[in-house]
Amino acid sequence: MNDALNAARAVALRDLKRHLRRRQDLVQPVVFFVIVVTLFAIAVGPDAAIFAKIAPAGVWVAVLLATTINLDAMFLSDYQDGTIEQLLLSPAPLPLLVASKIFAHWCATAGPQIAISIVVAIVLGLEGPVVSALAATLILGSPILSLVGAIASALTVGLRGGAMLQALIILPLYMPTLIFGTAAMHNAALDLPISAEIYFLAGLGVMAVSLAPFAAAMALRIRLS
Amino acid sequence: MNFVPFHKYGTPKYFYSWSLALRPWLGGACVLLFIAGLIGGLFLAPTDYQQGESFRIIYVHVPAAWMSLFIYIVMASAGACGLIWHVKLADIVARACAPLGAWFTFLALFTGSLWGKPMWGTYWVWDARLTSELILLFLYLGYIALQGAIDDRRTAARAGAILAIVGTVNIPIVHYSVEWWNTLHQGPTVSKLDAPSMDTSMLIPLLIMALAYNLYFVAVLFERVRCEILEFERNTNWVKELARDKGVV
Repeated sequence: MNDALNAARAVALRDLKRHLRRRQDLVQPVVFFVIVVTLFAIAVGPDAAIFAKIAPAGVWVAVLLATTINLDAMFLSDYQDGTIEQLLLSPAPLPLLVASKIFAHWCATAGPQIAISIVVAIVLGLEGPVVSALAATLILGSPILSLVGAIASALTVGLRGGAMLQALIILPLYMPTLIFGTAAMHNAALDLPISAEIYFLAGLGVMAVSLAPFAAAMALRIRLS
Repeated sequence: MNFVPFHKYGTPKYFYSWSLALRPWLGGACVLLFIAGLIGGLFLAPTDYQQGESFRIIYVHVPAAWMSLFIYIVMASAGACGLIWHVKLADIVARACAPLGAWFTFLALFTGSLWGKPMWGTYWVWDARLTSELILLFLYLGYIALQGAIDDRRTAARAGAILAIVGTVNIPIVHYSVEWWNTLHQGPTVSKLDAPSMDTSMLIPLLIMALAYNLYFVAVLFERVRCEILEFERNTNWVKELARDKGVV
């Protein structure tokens, strides 16, 4: 048991270091996110009233897209250099190791993502309660995005056209997170309580944490069999 | 309990022969039911007091929508069987289900939008049922794309099974989240637990059509599975003998 936990910790630390050393992997999604939001803002035009109405949707969609292009970093390089095969051979349970990889990826990517989203939301002129709703839903929602994304990433790792395929598989599965995330922001804009959406996101998160590592581990085994 | 013969029916070779023997019966029953359902639906069923004649599109729309969900469940269950017990036939069935399910989903969306025009005044609204059906179509397309991207059939089938199972967990969540998000579609008329809020004279053709759609699905599924089996097993003796008997080789 202790060995397995040690292995999980080692994998998490190694992945965290790897993500932090390859800074462009961390910066690119953030820049991509800002560009998407900028395009969106230019397309809508400078009308503040319309902006306040649809900015929550724009920010959430940009978050989903940025997360999707970033999912590759989770398994791809480890798949190419054979690290995943070593993990498969390890006596420690694979779902646990996969969970620590997902955790490391989430730590390295969600932090900058959430920070920049809040800055962008303020720049877009959203009000205080909406910004805090965005922060709350992103903190709860981003683990779900990473966990569910890990399944698609594991299924498509190393395939030709893998990135496009991954997006096709993953975006329909992101629907509930998107719905509850934007619903919370809309409610916050109308001064309505947002606890229902928060609870739903928390529930989805619990389900994703408990099931997704197993599915992703199974997918990796199949892809590498 | 004698388990061996039952197990035998699941092997590709036996499946090939018994499903071929079943083919005329399935096809015939399907055509008869389609004729009966269409006559019943288009001519015999009374005109709806509110929606007029255009309610009759229900007879192609609703069974297609049922099939779209049913086929997904069949696909995921077959995928799970293949994943857990390594049943070769289950893998093939799961793969063969996907395009059929995608087409039924498309048919449900298409006929639904044709129905929406006279009833709601618009072809498409971002309503709960329509949106979740559209997401179902995307799930099917993702599955098909994944199948196309992986060359090895066994790996493709097993990876697809994972995706289908993850989708099954997700479909209720997607469905309810979309339901709470926005709604215009009418509530269920038939699947309620109390008596259906639809007259029997309208309901019977609908059920006949649903049965006809099911038989069509099974008949075409078997056809596709037989094709896949021949391709899958092309190096085995029985397929070579079959080809020789038919004079193909």
